[in-house]
Amino acid sequence: MGKAKHEKILLAHGGGGRLSDELIRHHILPKFQSKTLQQLTDSANLELDSKSICFTTDSYVVKPLFFRGGDIGKLAVCGTVNDLAVAGARPVAISVSLIIEEGLEIDILENILSSIGKSAKENKVEIVAGDTKTVEAGAIDKIFINTAGVGVRIDGVELGFDKIQPGDVIIINGPIGDHGIAIISQREGLEFETQLESDCAGLGNLICTLLEDVDGVKFMRDPTRGGLAATLNEMTRGCNLGIEIREVDIPVRPAVRAAAEMLGFDVLNIANEGKFAAVVAPEHAKAFLKICKKDPLGNEARVIGEVVPTKDGPLVEMMTKIGGRRVVQMPYGRELPRIC
Amino acid sequence: MRKLILLWRPTRRCRVKFIQMLERIIKAQKSIEESCRKLERQIHIMEVCGTHTISIFRNGIRHMLPENLNMLSGPGCPVCVTHPGYIDTMLELADRDKCIVATYGDMMRVPGQGGSLETKSVGRDVKVVLSSDDALELAKQNPEKTVVFIAVGFETTTPASAVAVKEAAELGIENFCILSNHKLVVPAMSALLSDKSNRIDAFLCPGHVSVIIGSDAYKGIVKEFSRPCVVAGFEPVQILDGLSEICKQLVEGKAELDNVYGAVVKPEGNTKALEIINECFEPVDGYWRGLGKIEKSTMQLKDGFGEFDAYKRLGISDEAGEDTSGCRCGEVLCGLIDPPECMLFASTCTPDSPVGPCMVSSEGACSAWYKYHRKGQHG
Amino acid sequence: MCLAIPARIVELEGDKAVVDAMGNRFKARTTLLSDVKLGDLVLVHAGFAISAVDEEEAKKTWELIEEINTFMETDKKVSG
Repeated sequence: MGKAKHEKILLAHGGGGRLSDELIRHHILPKFQSKTLQQLTDSANLELDSKSICFTTDSYVVKPLFFRGGDIGKLAVCGTVNDLAVAGARPVAISVSLIIEEGLEIDILENILSSIGKSAKENKVEIVAGDTKTVEAGAIDKIFINTAGVGVRIDGVELGFDKIQPGDVIIINGPIGDHGIAIISQREGLEFETQLESDCAGLGNLICTLLEDVDGVKFMRDPTRGGLAATLNEMTRGCNLGIEIREVDIPVRPAVRAAAEMLGFDVLNIANEGKFAAVVAPEHAKAFLKICKKDPLGNEARVIGEVVPTKDGPLVEMMTKIGGRRVVQMPYGRELPRIC
Repeated sequence: MRKLILLWRPTRRCRVKFIQMLERIIKAQKSIEESCRKLERQIHIMEVCGTHTISIFRNGIRHMLPENLNMLSGPGCPVCVTHPGYIDTMLELADRDKCIVATYGDMMRVPGQGGSLETKSVGRDVKVVLSSDDALELAKQNPEKTVVFIAVGFETTTPASAVAVKEAAELGIENFCILSNHKLVVPAMSALLSDKSNRIDAFLCPGHVSVIIGSDAYKGIVKEFSRPCVVAGFEPVQILDGLSEICKQLVEGKAELDNVYGAVVKPEGNTKALEIINECFEPVDGYWRGLGKIEKSTMQLKDGFGEFDAYKRLGISDEAGEDTSGCRCGEVLCGLIDPPECMLFASTCTPDSPVGPCMVSSEGACSAWYKYHRKGQHG
Repeated sequence: MCLAIPARIVELEGDKAVVDAMGNRFKARTTLLSDVKLGDLVLVHAGFAISAVDEEEAKKTWELIEEINTFMETDKKVSG
């Protein structure tokens, strides 16, 4: 096989012919290192040792493609792994589907592919299926990634809204807001210099250890878009109870808080990519935290609040650091920088 | 990798400082309670500034105040007081060919006829900027297009527009202009008090506007209307200190000017900024949503800078515009009603589908009430 | 009606500065101030420094924020 000659993606790279073949064999397979994928069949055969499986899908359109702490490839793998893990499953296999804009530099694609391969290895998932399409220049901005993921449910673990009860505590594994601020600091027109990095990380290993070794875990979710505010509101809507959190217990890096203040953002609404919020029975919270603190991705874990009964329907309230109270609403979905 | 990140660590000093802050807050809170007990009547303090409204709600301060102390949200929310005519003009400009609309994020979701800048940004040139500098930069980079900067905000923000206009003039950047709706705070305060139905007993004055105009700017209000005016910053300690001073004055039957934000607010203000404003702008009569036309309350570019005035350059006239939605933002802005008293509040008008600007603006009373107060109800 | 935060001037050329707020660096213009220098604390709004900040007064008004933000209350119910 000759060395690839093209510097940029052409439409033909998605055409199913020689160039597609070259893309797969020269660029994708070497980076993904998957025995299943090497077979280049239309579908992957998976042998799973359980009938109880979890399945997820997600798409990644982040800009910029490369940011401090990660890139779109790492995000795709970690995001999928995390979605499976918080559902109570050990991630096993993922698919990666690429939609690439004509003209994208092959070097950039290679970097993304390397990152996907590396993240898959770190998170102990195999990339078993994939697809590549190309679109005309201008149809999309550089590259979009879609993934699907399969995981095996951990024995004896059943997470769900219906398990949540008043008295359960809410635990998060570390400071919030890092990812959203890191991304926006590199967005065109809003750039500012910061040392903050995205917290993009695969939580599969930590979460599986927690679920295997600790009883009383009722529910988990990763607070990505919409931040912790969205996740907590989703929880209350799911279980029709209330949640009370304490501002003073929510870890936020000073740099995140300062940047959020400068831009006019609410830290609770900012996206995270390496965090989970867990609902845990209070008598098991200590054991839960103990395990978290042994892991670099959980060593700042804290109890931030608890589930409470509610008269007014689903409600998230926060006790502010000065002793006041306020409601934490579901965010609009887009934080805009403001001056007022 | 991690060594680059500023790690968040607890320290003993932090705990000490936190406890000191809590002590100050408790002290201020007790002082407010004591004053309100002595007053024995319902008192209404207007927080003029929208950023105060947000801070009060975000910190849950309303819940910490006595029942007979009611906070009124005032017209110090530049988005909220922008009249429908200006919003419609803004949207019409976004539709124009070879026109880039550059705006602070605050204005993106304000609804007008036919949508908002956010809905208009699909397929059109609408750019969110963090400063007037960025808007000028856009003009430099796009010489074939006209950049219209949506110049809203009170006196804190006016200097930024003035500097941009001056530089555009000096550098000959002809494709830059501003659509000015910069407002003045003191005329609005006077207008509110001139309405006999107002319920305002005192003002918590805007901290950052006061950085520019100086605390002395409120002397006229104190003298003419006998209302205590206290300038405060936006941290919860600042707000509670400010309210505590006001309540003490009300107990003693005084009406004085005070300033608890001495760190940055001087009696004379920022004279250099005021000079720059006066070089470029002059106050004219202007429309305010909810308050109607107020004399000498809006900043217009002086004739010498006419070519940078979007109204003159693009042949637009400033109209009041019409609001037929049934929205009562105007009464909310004047402190005449609380948001839940508007029939549209939390039913037809929500942050997701706002009818009026008070629900759009993060600083708007309706938005703050909905987001931070208990389910939008009194509680 | 005005978001503004205190930040320290870490670069200054003419009236164009870079200010640092807890490690984040933003552009800011010092056009509205006289006699500012490197290392000064200023209040920044919409890309402009609008006031110098007295260091002693800042300690009373804002240092508390810095401290609060780095404060971690030991969890009373559960410790790990």
